[in-house]
Amino acid sequence: MASQNNYDAIVIGGGHNGLVAAAYLARAGKKVLVLERRHLVGGSTVTEEIYPGFKYSVLSYVVSLLRPEIIRELDLAAHGLELLPLESTVTPLPNGDYLARWADHDQTRRELYRHSPKDAEAYDEFGTLMYHLAFAIKPILAMVPPDPTSLNPGDLRSLVKLGNHFRGLGEEKLYSLIKLMTMSSADYLDEWFETEALKATMSASGVIGTFLGPRSPGTAYVLLHHYMGEIDGAFRAWGFAKGGTGGVSEAIASAARRFGAEIRTESTVARVIVENGRAAGVVLENGDDIRASVVVSGVDPKRTFLDLIEPGELPGEFVHAIRRFRIRGSSGKVNLALDELPELACLPGRGPHLRGAISISPSIEYLERAYDDAKYGGFSRHPFMDIIIPSMIDPDMAPPGKHVMSIFVQYAPYELDGGWNDARREEFGDAVIDTLSEYMPNLKDIILHRQVLTPWDMEREFGLTEGNIFHGELSLHQLFFMRPAAPWSDYRTPVRDFYQCGSGTHPGGGISGASGRLAARTMLEDM
Amino acid sequence: MSQRYDAIIIGAGHNGLTTAARLAKTGMRVLALERRETIGGALVTEEIHPGFKVDAACHQAGALHPGVISDLEQALGVAPEIVRCDPAVFAPQIDGRHLLLWRDPAATAESIAALSRSDAENAKPFVELATKAAGLLEAAYDQTPPDLLSVGASDLWSLVRLGGRARRLGKRDMMEVGRLLTMTVTELLDEWFENDLLKGTLGATGISGMFQGPMAAGTAYMLLHNRVGMDSGALRSTYRVHGGIGVLSRALGDLAQSCGAEIRTSAPVVRVTIRNGRATGVVLENGDEITADRVISNADPRHTFLSLVDPVELTPRFVRQVRNIKYRGACAKVNLALDTLPSFTSGEAAHLGGVVSISPSLAYLERAYDDAKYGDISQEPYLEAVIPSISDPSLAPHGKHVMSILVQYAPYHLKRGAWDQSTKDQLAEHAIKTLAQYAPNLEQIILERQVLSPRDLETDFGLTEGNIYHGEMTLDQLFFMRPVPGWARYRTPIENLYLCGAGTHPGGGVTGRPGYNAAREILKDVKRR
Amino acid sequence: MLRTTPFHARTSALCQAQNWRRWAGYIAASSYELNHDREYHAIRSAAALIDVSPLYKYLLRGPDAQRLLNRVVTRDVEKCAVNQVMYTPWCDEAGKVIDDGTLSRLGEEMFRLTAAEPNLRWLQDNAVSLDVTIDDVSDSIAAVALQGPNSREILKRASDADLDGLRFFRLTSGRVQDVPVTISRTGYTGDLGYEVWVDAERALSLWDSLVSAGEPYGITPAGMLALDVARIEAGLLLNQVDYIPANKALIEARKSSPFELGLGWTVVLEKDHFVGQTALLEERKQDPEWQFKGLEIEWDSLEEIYNGFGLPPELPTVPWRTSVPVYSHDRQIGYGTSGAWSPTLKKYIALAHLQARHAEPGTELTMEVTAEHQRKHARARVVDPPFFDPERKRA
Repeated sequence: MASQNNYDAIVIGGGHNGLVAAAYLARAGKKVLVLERRHLVGGSTVTEEIYPGFKYSVLSYVVSLLRPEIIRELDLAAHGLELLPLESTVTPLPNGDYLARWADHDQTRRELYRHSPKDAEAYDEFGTLMYHLAFAIKPILAMVPPDPTSLNPGDLRSLVKLGNHFRGLGEEKLYSLIKLMTMSSADYLDEWFETEALKATMSASGVIGTFLGPRSPGTAYVLLHHYMGEIDGAFRAWGFAKGGTGGVSEAIASAARRFGAEIRTESTVARVIVENGRAAGVVLENGDDIRASVVVSGVDPKRTFLDLIEPGELPGEFVHAIRRFRIRGSSGKVNLALDELPELACLPGRGPHLRGAISISPSIEYLERAYDDAKYGGFSRHPFMDIIIPSMIDPDMAPPGKHVMSIFVQYAPYELDGGWNDARREEFGDAVIDTLSEYMPNLKDIILHRQVLTPWDMEREFGLTEGNIFHGELSLHQLFFMRPAAPWSDYRTPVRDFYQCGSGTHPGGGISGASGRLAARTMLEDM
Repeated sequence: MSQRYDAIIIGAGHNGLTTAARLAKTGMRVLALERRETIGGALVTEEIHPGFKVDAACHQAGALHPGVISDLEQALGVAPEIVRCDPAVFAPQIDGRHLLLWRDPAATAESIAALSRSDAENAKPFVELATKAAGLLEAAYDQTPPDLLSVGASDLWSLVRLGGRARRLGKRDMMEVGRLLTMTVTELLDEWFENDLLKGTLGATGISGMFQGPMAAGTAYMLLHNRVGMDSGALRSTYRVHGGIGVLSRALGDLAQSCGAEIRTSAPVVRVTIRNGRATGVVLENGDEITADRVISNADPRHTFLSLVDPVELTPRFVRQVRNIKYRGACAKVNLALDTLPSFTSGEAAHLGGVVSISPSLAYLERAYDDAKYGDISQEPYLEAVIPSISDPSLAPHGKHVMSILVQYAPYHLKRGAWDQSTKDQLAEHAIKTLAQYAPNLEQIILERQVLSPRDLETDFGLTEGNIYHGEMTLDQLFFMRPVPGWARYRTPIENLYLCGAGTHPGGGVTGRPGYNAAREILKDVKRR
Repeated sequence: MLRTTPFHARTSALCQAQNWRRWAGYIAASSYELNHDREYHAIRSAAALIDVSPLYKYLLRGPDAQRLLNRVVTRDVEKCAVNQVMYTPWCDEAGKVIDDGTLSRLGEEMFRLTAAEPNLRWLQDNAVSLDVTIDDVSDSIAAVALQGPNSREILKRASDADLDGLRFFRLTSGRVQDVPVTISRTGYTGDLGYEVWVDAERALSLWDSLVSAGEPYGITPAGMLALDVARIEAGLLLNQVDYIPANKALIEARKSSPFELGLGWTVVLEKDHFVGQTALLEERKQDPEWQFKGLEIEWDSLEEIYNGFGLPPELPTVPWRTSVPVYSHDRQIGYGTSGAWSPTLKKYIALAHLQARHAEPGTELTMEVTAEHQRKHARARVVDPPFFDPERKRA
């Protein structure tokens, strides 16, 4: 049994947050080892050539909120990160029409005007308000959550600062923010707009990755995410990474290596070594044990605390809190290799819309019914889909003239009635293709290969508990100082020298890297 | 004829009467104007069939604010008798089993144990947590919501007191309670219990009157809201006013009058008169104009600001906020005159004294909501039925009974058709058919039925969109957001115009709390002058 | 795609410069010829035909139409007679300008309001419980401005309307050939001129009639650049250029009240309640912090600066619309928002926001000019706009 004892920090899981944490630790001069179970780094942020010549962004497919400070501080551009524009969203409608939002403001306004002059007008005002609210929220995403029940000066200072920050917003914005945090996206958007497809497509972004429908309270605040990118300005926090999302992981890994971090793939951690209440290293599945001063886990809270740590090492109350942490997976992914370009019935031809997102979200009711299916343990017969054709943005994703298509699908519950198996997976894939064919008549004829991922697959292949892409649902009581469980939201854990840095911590969700960065900061403070 | 008052109150509902009494008590000249022939608003007992009296709209008494009870006792010697039903709830299941929630926790645990042993054990700690949380809410309910932006010294003090109270809970409980506020009642109950019938029956209090299913965030809050001031040891409580809920309204009317307030019925107000941005009185439907130093509306905020006030007096932003208040009434009433007591396939007649709850599971409630979500009435609705004549024979002829059923969901906004007689019949049939699955003789013993759709609740009782709470009790419409953000302190953008109804903090229910709080704020302003 | 106006078939054929710009989501010709010079001179010396269809237009009808408008705009609509036109801004609740436009009273209970930005939602929000219908007629009504000293003669030839009797800021209806039109004596040039309103379907035939009637009088299609020079000379504000509408401003400092925009004359504080009244009453008690004024940049100073480089003064013959710092003794006290060389006045002029204590006419200030890559301060004098105000405009 080999024992190595020369690391300052071990990072469990080479997902993008683990890599970010590793890069920051290494940048501070620490000797860092990243252990990844799979043969490549990236976790859910990977590009793989599943079918020869065709590259799939297997799971996550757009760069949503990659923190500009990470791009800057790790100099990711120098490590090959290139973000390409993904600016339009087209929603095909059952009546043969469509609703589009383009990169160009005037063009969007004109298009909305076509559906409702009032909405075209409200859209600008809404955008201004969201801009302000995104601005208000930004510092929170970049802060380590304080413990509101604590009386220690640090937390209190942080709380007072937070209080003043919010009061500084002024009445209108403060109340708008509270409404946004508590309302359903459908209700919130009803206050502004009348065009069904507009409300549905906007609220679809509020339900991505959650087990909630657009009428469920708590879905409105994710509307902000779309505007977060805007205040990050030229950094283009919203886009498509050249080479697929794996390009992001590669760039971060390259930066981490440059700072001296060591990354080992095909190294599965079996458990964390805890000695005298302190983490002292990890044991690999092959029996190797590797020692380090601190250990940080980038995998989800359930796996981290219920699998990797001996149950006796954690307080019962904390284990209880982690057990009830909600992590229901709700989405699936279908990747297609296509012989030629698909055609939208509502917008035939090779238009600019094929370089943006195509959203199957014709109405709130459509989304809500898709959710209803899943609520009772079925997958949506007519699901919400967010589609991009990466090869239209980056031609290197497929052989010349051929294409890849990435289809994010919701809802597909982890707890499927009767359970998932290979046959149910293909049935789910068929429902997706059938629905999409209603809008893309030539689709079925041009499919060369299809990869279907259900929450069950995501758990088995990517280690996402219950297939939840955010490492835990983004519901109100699982956010900020309650993520993953109060008071352990500051990246520390009840075990000394053991930390968490995955999406299951604040702020969580999406390819942002914020959790990894904040965790590294906390660890460096303690070290 | 001198028609000048210190205060006019529009609407003699229970909150309006509470405010009227408290203002009149200080010597103010108060006039309460009621549109209907009887006072009480939605708290009325009516004869639906010769000899059969039923609480037409609201059929449960909540926990009246202790201050209102002591006012009643002081003025009238005795407050109306509140019957604490035992068992509070009888919930039958289609397989013949049933759940009984008694006032005595041990008896309740025994009933639960027949369904699930672990649930029986968890009931006690659950009640403890819920009671702590409700206690914290009650403290917040007694206060006027602070203005978040300009927290004055007195606000700060009350916030500190509230914070102190929260801290006394201890770190762990404080986190737990905080967590509850935004949860769904399904999440909450799933964490504690496994039995569907139990979860459905507890979860029902989280959706009652709401256009939400039990899977909506904020429904756990509603469960707590419904516990405020109620029996602290029980899983659920059912209170009723002996003689019908109208007795309570009459008592509150007597109280107001004994304090010197004047009450006029059949006196609908059509407009609040405003001069230079100040309310100066009201105009009645018959054209009479009555002036007063201040006008206090017990009507819901939308009716108040968009019908009684000329919106031109308000800023477009405020009007927009008022228009955005969600009402969306979700329930209807079916009131029955019965020839005999319905016989249920399980349980005993003695179990029927409280609420008969048709809530076999949370999924059942959610499915009922699914229909409504798309604008249809629930095929299999959630039902909350009471048979008050069991304990109060004065309500029906000897041996006969009245049954009052709250039917949910009945959306105000129907996707197809309108709330005409045939839709109402359909609703009643759904309700009766559903109930008849548990009480097979029901259909044969009905002598008369009265159906009140959300539309009827609006026309008959002035409840906008038939919402029984004067505005949805969702997280975004509570505390300092109720009725609209920035105007949660009973005052309005029109000087000398106040609100005192359930559309204000702390919202709906038979509590008198909004009226009580409003009176306190109004008196502060009176003193200041 | 961006929209084209109902006149596009004609304007696109005429546009030799292929020089287009955006206007409210439409494309509009910047200049038709390679240089806009002749188009400008047509405005001041003959007649120019300018497609102004992209304006937002709202038709308000009903017993409460006047009440709604009086609630929204700052001017007293009660004083607006049938067939009268009023220029007016409107404000948010804080008294900051949202937009400005012309208000035409087409009948006792019928008005048309033009706007630079969409305002349907705002109008509807203010119309709660009022008996008025509001129609967005932006797309269904086309508009063309005929501006310049010869415009009256041309319209007289082209239409049956009584133009001699049509006073400044009044309107009349009539026919051009067989096309029914509304003609208002209004415009954005500060010259004698008219705006002709027509159903979008009949737009082309109107254009053709005007062009053929105008030929002997030198009618010239003019684009946005020529119009911009003319409106700067006339001291007329441009939304999103000279001020930022309050509902789009990201920060408070970017908003302006009518008093700060030199539009105090449009604010009738004494009328019944209108949006922003309380704030404006409050503001009226003090002097506004900012003033919107004209600047005349001194030729001698320009010459000095450029001669320093061995150059003659280089002048902005194409109007600019950027933010240019204005100084008093080297301390910045304001900023110019548009400016141009005025061929008529032979002066370099600009419109500027100035701190009130530096805004007295005659005050000597300096404005930044970039000469040979270097930033210099040219001397400038504060004047009350308009710079150019010919008698024929009102005569």
